[in-house]
Amino acid sequence: MCLSSVGKIISVKNGRALVDFNGVRKEVSAALKPQAKKGLYALVHAGFIIEIMAAKEAKKTIADINETQNF
Amino acid sequence: MKRKIFNSQRPATEAAAQRPFLSPSALRGEGRANSRNLPLNIMEVCGTHTNAIAKSGLKTLLAGRINFISGPGCPVCVSAQSDIDNMLALALKPGVITATFGDMLRVPGAKMSLKDAQTAGADVRIIYSPLQAVDIAQKNPNKKIIFLAVGFETTAPAAAAAVLAARKLKLKNFYVYTALKRVAPAVELILKEKNNIDGFLLPGNVSVITGLKEFDFISEKYAKPAAAAGFSAKEILAALAKLGKPKTQNAYAWVKAGGNKTALRLTAKVFTPAAGSWRGFGKIEQSALELKEEFAAFDAKKVFKIRAQKERKTKCRCALILKGKIPPQKCPYFARVCTPQKPLGPCMVSQEGACAAAYNNMG
Ligand code: SF4
Ligand code: SF4
Repeated sequence: MCLSSVGKIISVKNGRALVDFNGVRKEVSAALKPQAKKGLYALVHAGFIIEIMAAKEAKKTIADINETQNF
Repeated sequence: MKRKIFNSQRPATEAAAQRPFLSPSALRGEGRANSRNLPLNIMEVCGTHTNAIAKSGLKTLLAGRINFISGPGCPVCVSAQSDIDNMLALALKPGVITATFGDMLRVPGAKMSLKDAQTAGADVRIIYSPLQAVDIAQKNPNKKIIFLAVGFETTAPAAAAAVLAARKLKLKNFYVYTALKRVAPAVELILKEKNNIDGFLLPGNVSVITGLKEFDFISEKYAKPAAAAGFSAKEILAALAKLGKPKTQNAYAWVKAGGNKTALRLTAKVFTPAAGSWRGFGKIEQSALELKEEFAAFDAKKVFKIRAQKERKTKCRCALILKGKIPPQKCPYFARVCTPQKPLGPCMVSQEGACAAAYNNMG
């Protein structure tokens, strides 16, 4: 239920962020993470960014997830 | 002396599994190792973990060393039967549109599920974000839109944001029925009772919001180890590796110290902790998130005068399973009468439910 997905932030405007999830782009809310910025990675739950991470660190996390498949 | 749980000759998924971690003696807070202590009982308090541990093969691979016990980690499963029945009653009211997450649809209520209600003509919408319920309310000014809010601390801030958005838009037709819950009070209840749990895998995304302080009591008060875990096999192994000491630790890269403060602030603005009913646990103090008085106009329980009702007895054994007392296979209905296609209880409905995870991974 608290399933979340990780994506790359493409742009942020008026509290809405465009996030790229593996090629699928979705608009989500940045209201819970006002520090969301273009280029950072986002952890998204129920249409909201709940945490952000620098690209370098996030790529490692994503690699880990892909290695063992998404659950 | 330190004992290895993982014998290095065993083909473990990751190199991480071969490191000498999880000293059972340390896990039990004893000074001396004892092989009779195996397997260790590790409770995962997260349905996504339940699923991941089964699917990745970790459960089989570590059998004999670690006995994974599913805790109250799926908000759908722990929803009280009374909440499910109330939600159904609301869905069947004329002029009402209910909106909720997909997992709720097939949970059996007193006479039917929301899915059955939908078939019978009730307007039940599946949403992915609470903000969509606000959208529906805007587009349907002549209908009453009730968001059936189910979830833990991860979801509560999103629900809070929806309520604040509805207030800003001055919507008069948007309501929330909250079955939102806090994880920590349920974990504490398990620890207060007699139990055989050696350590906890903490829900990663709940911890992202709350921060780890929320769970410090596990080690500080009850001297048990706990680690926040991510959802890949590698991340779960990394979390298991941290269970050597009776400390509450982080093994999920997304968790920041102090959690997500903005999210916590929003939740605290709209909701207040109150006693709440859990399937299998009964009432737990401070475990439910109810709308504050200030938001009473949005509170479906108040507006639609929902009265507290006694918990109805059902055949399903979810209650015992959620407390880690029996595994799903010990339920007499498991896989015979109760299947994901025809679930008797919520643990078989939700993909994250312990029974569904056990059923789908029977092999
Ligand atoms: S992420 Fe949350 S809802 Fe999802 S399984 Fe974990 S604790 Fe449960
Ligand atoms: S197998 Fe079905 S009836 Fe038994 S506990 Fe699980 S959900 Fe309930």
